[in-house]
Amino acid sequence: MSITSNLPQGPLAEKWTKHKNDINLVNPANKRNIDVIVVGTGLAGGSAAASLAELGYNVKTFCYQDSPRRAHSIAAQGGINAAKNYQGDGDSTYRLFYDTIKGGDYRSREANVHRLAEVSGNIIDQCVAQGVPFAREYGGLLDNRSFGGVLVSRTFYAKGQTGQQLLLGAYAAMNRQINRGKIKAFNRHEMLDLVLVEGKARGIIARNLVTGELERHSAHAVVIASGGYGNVFFLSTNAMGSNVTASWKIHKKGAYFANPCYTQIHPTCIPVSGDHQSKLTLMSESLRNDGRIWVPAKLEDAQAVREGRLQPTAIAEEDRDYYLERRYPSFGNLVPRDVASRAAKERCDAGYGVNKTGEAVYLDFDAAIMRYGREQAVIQHMTQASDAEVRALGEKVVESKYGNLFQMYEKIVDQNPYKTPMMIYPAVHYTMGGVWVDYNLMTSIPGCYAAGEANFSDHGANRLGASALMQGLADGYFVLPYTIGNYLSDDIRTGPIATDTPEFEAAERSVQATIDSLINNKGSKTVDSFHRKLGKIMWNKCGMSRNETELKEAMAEIKALREEFWRDVNVPGTAHELNQELEKAMRVADFLELGELFAKDALERNESCGGHFREEYQTPEGEALRDDEHYMHVSAWEYQGEPADAILHKEPLVYDNIQVKTRSYK
Amino acid sequence: MGLLNSSIARKVAMALSGLFLVVFLGQHFVINLTSVIAPDTFNSFSHFMGTNGLVQGVLQPILIFGVVFHFVMGFVLELKNRAARSVRYVAYKGSAGASWASRNMIISGAVVLAFLGLHFYDFWIPEMIHKYVESHPEDPTRYYAETVHKFENPIRVGLYVVSFVLLAVHLWHGFSSSFQSVGFNNKYSKGLQNFTKIYAVGIPLGFIVIAIYHHLNPLAH
Amino acid sequence: MKLTLKIWRQKNAQAKGRMETYQIDQIDGDMSFLEMLDVLNNQLISTGIDPVVFDHDCREGICGSCSLQINGEPHGPDRFITTCQLHMRKFSDGDTIVIEPFRAKAFPVVKDLMVDRSAFDRIQHAGGYISVNTSGNTIDANSIPIDKEDADHAFNAATCIGCGACVAACKNASAMLFTSAKVSQFALLPQGQVEATRRVLNMVEQMDKEGFGNCTNTGACEIECPKGISLENIARMNREFLTAQIKG
Repeated sequence: MSITSNLPQGPLAEKWTKHKNDINLVNPANKRNIDVIVVGTGLAGGSAAASLAELGYNVKTFCYQDSPRRAHSIAAQGGINAAKNYQGDGDSTYRLFYDTIKGGDYRSREANVHRLAEVSGNIIDQCVAQGVPFAREYGGLLDNRSFGGVLVSRTFYAKGQTGQQLLLGAYAAMNRQINRGKIKAFNRHEMLDLVLVEGKARGIIARNLVTGELERHSAHAVVIASGGYGNVFFLSTNAMGSNVTASWKIHKKGAYFANPCYTQIHPTCIPVSGDHQSKLTLMSESLRNDGRIWVPAKLEDAQAVREGRLQPTAIAEEDRDYYLERRYPSFGNLVPRDVASRAAKERCDAGYGVNKTGEAVYLDFDAAIMRYGREQAVIQHMTQASDAEVRALGEKVVESKYGNLFQMYEKIVDQNPYKTPMMIYPAVHYTMGGVWVDYNLMTSIPGCYAAGEANFSDHGANRLGASALMQGLADGYFVLPYTIGNYLSDDIRTGPIATDTPEFEAAERSVQATIDSLINNKGSKTVDSFHRKLGKIMWNKCGMSRNETELKEAMAEIKALREEFWRDVNVPGTAHELNQELEKAMRVADFLELGELFAKDALERNESCGGHFREEYQTPEGEALRDDEHYMHVSAWEYQGEPADAILHKEPLVYDNIQVKTRSYK
Repeated sequence: MGLLNSSIARKVAMALSGLFLVVFLGQHFVINLTSVIAPDTFNSFSHFMGTNGLVQGVLQPILIFGVVFHFVMGFVLELKNRAARSVRYVAYKGSAGASWASRNMIISGAVVLAFLGLHFYDFWIPEMIHKYVESHPEDPTRYYAETVHKFENPIRVGLYVVSFVLLAVHLWHGFSSSFQSVGFNNKYSKGLQNFTKIYAVGIPLGFIVIAIYHHLNPLAH
Repeated sequence: MKLTLKIWRQKNAQAKGRMETYQIDQIDGDMSFLEMLDVLNNQLISTGIDPVVFDHDCREGICGSCSLQINGEPHGPDRFITTCQLHMRKFSDGDTIVIEPFRAKAFPVVKDLMVDRSAFDRIQHAGGYISVNTSGNTIDANSIPIDKEDADHAFNAATCIGCGACVAACKNASAMLFTSAKVSQFALLPQGQVEATRRVLNMVEQMDKEGFGNCTNTGACEIECPKGISLENIARMNREFLTAQIKG
């Protein structure tokens, strides 16, 4: 097992082309004899499955949902970046590469990111050819918008449902292959272990979630594209079923887990409303283009607002603290996600939070409504327009831009955001960390690959908006189909992999043992109660800001909670039926291990970078302080039984083509 | 009938046969209307329709086929649609999204079918017997009086009224729906829909008015 | 809030199901409907009863997993939302809520409130795609301008989340709205023209095979659709189908 990233030689811009020319190919007749398993059917998994099947491999896909189309990529709202430079605003492959590296706070691998930027344009061509209905201008050409942290308009979008449209495109590509018999889709199946034969990934054990049966599936290579692990926090914008299980199982079989502490906390989510909360809802980042973020400037006002004695609209302008505009005059409300989130937490921790839980800040559209209203009044020659008329005109403009988001907010919160400011609070949204992979997206297990959010590769310590979709599709459509062939070219004579071998037998037995122990435990507490407790520890001690003491506490608490879980969890029902509590229990069991490694990784990284903020490492103004001398590396953890015993491997990050700077948004 | 294996083809067939019957209904109404305003014209129209070879030999069989097809298909579809939900809902709020008329075409249709039975019994069968069985010599002036006499019986008029109300309900959904079925849904649909609604209410109402008019203005025997 | 819940319980696809009644208390208006069911399930587990199984995942109205028939309507009484976006403030203290699975022969019950909607997947397999290799070697995305209005209509059709509310709402359990949304998306785009004939014939054939009912244009699907997919799409599919039949 190695930590060599297998970067091709040569100049950065030529690495990928050269690599594609150098790698081995598998002839079409031989591809028919090779099987590939893809776990997860989101953007990365779906596009990989479709592309591999199209090349001629026999593909089996696995997803826990009832259809590949429901993978959580579907919930991505904003858009997908591509260096097309359709707007002629100076965009280029290099700029996209540069922005991504910088946005990631110089903690991602240059060659991977450059490749991502190179293929980004192809993604758009591909998706349009597949019939993805991107937004267009009146001239019939594709429209772009701009997103946080960059100076060009390179984001392609389909209203607020870009992820949905791209996923349906990948799902359509899968359907074509399913119809040809090249993909067998195993829906409502969950991968519960990886099977290694002679050190190579040769199959999986999956549970049929409808019947409860364990199934053995063999293949010549296994691709994990099962998404991120944000649900370790219990409350996140991830889907209820999103889990780390597939990634964690391969980690336990030898795949390194990289940078688990890099988590993106998105600043504009609808706040928690009470203890019953099961999940958080994201409001698109685009709202920050027009909304002004504030909290009351006086503690007594904040108190009165929380108790419902004071309406926000009654607070005078001079009694409001527009803290982002105050702290970051040049970027104002448009600072990157990590910065905006931390600033909100700082205000709420200081006692200025505004909803009944004290964990919310205002996102106010009043100024924008009046500004747009006045513009409209001029356009419509209404020189004598009253305030009410101006407001009505302005509300129309705001509605045309954000109408669907405002409606969604009103459905959930039951307040009219045109009349009273929205309340928002940061929430866990994306995990930059994940399974360690080399340049070929192969994990440290030969034949086992990881793609999309499941791997760690491209976003460093912080992901820019509209880049997750780009990475998922790049990995699946354009990277894996090449790199996996290089590996499989050695397997053309292997023939079908038998599943009645001791390796499969052992893997199935161990999964069965875990299931049995959960079912037979008959403890006193529900799975959810453990998950909620874990989430609380993670959020309070490994959340938006972290420190040594609390991280150490977190590790101890998670370990204790894990032991309590195995002692006292109650999983009703049996193993041989559809059992949603059992499914949850299996996932929470893995989160309880990952959480501890997460805290350990955060503890080990004695610096602040991107989404990882250590209170001990900040500037006097409270900004993140990186330590490039000691921490310009990927932390890849090797499993050793207990998460606390994991061994750290460092992959140094080398920047030959970019000057490493400090991010500043002042 | 291979074409009718497809659900959309069946739906289009329903629409086209329905549209054909709507046209026939309009034509029938125009003739009936003359019985109120110009009995002589009514007689000559009726005479023409009753004796013209093309009408009797070609259009009449087509019409009968259209009626039978529409009804048989309607019942077949109803059975198929019921089978598509073998376990019923305990609570089903159909009214939330669809009008009563649209959900109960089988009921309004069945009433209209029953009425057609009565109508055949009243007019068509006697007419067939009169013309083709008993071979009476043709009297071009007999139609008006025969028609008006039928409306003397208040029960018959009552049944007539109820049937036409349900026909209106049937048309309320069916007429506009048939355009959707053949794929006509564009910027003209709104206007067309208004027309179909007026037609759906207006024509049956007209039939009712004519019936009541004749009931209130009986001819001396 | 105190509520009475009448919920369909069915052990598995083969078992016979029945309605069960449960009482639930301390329900907050800010809870989503599914969070209310979470509370119920915790209550059931603590009393040794198997929790109620229902499909759900994203809980933000986009994945299309949740699928409950609530008081006789798919996704409940509110409009343009899915069950996961329905909040308890739409109900009042003392209400009785009837919760059933989506009912259609083509959507057999898997367990309790969970149904098998794989028929939708099979309709998509039959032609819900444009046959283009994922090589990336296609023409430039901007080489074919597409009328904005057509692109917007295609997008609106493409926003279907495949939840099955149209089937559940339709008195005939017809899947025309779902199928037509996909047919429309491609019919409106130049890329979709090449395979248009085969696509509509194959998808309609598969739809019929699955045992869905016939469309009778009642319009319930459009009203209950959480994404507001328009009946225009059905008309468009009818046109496409007729054209395809004529072309052969």
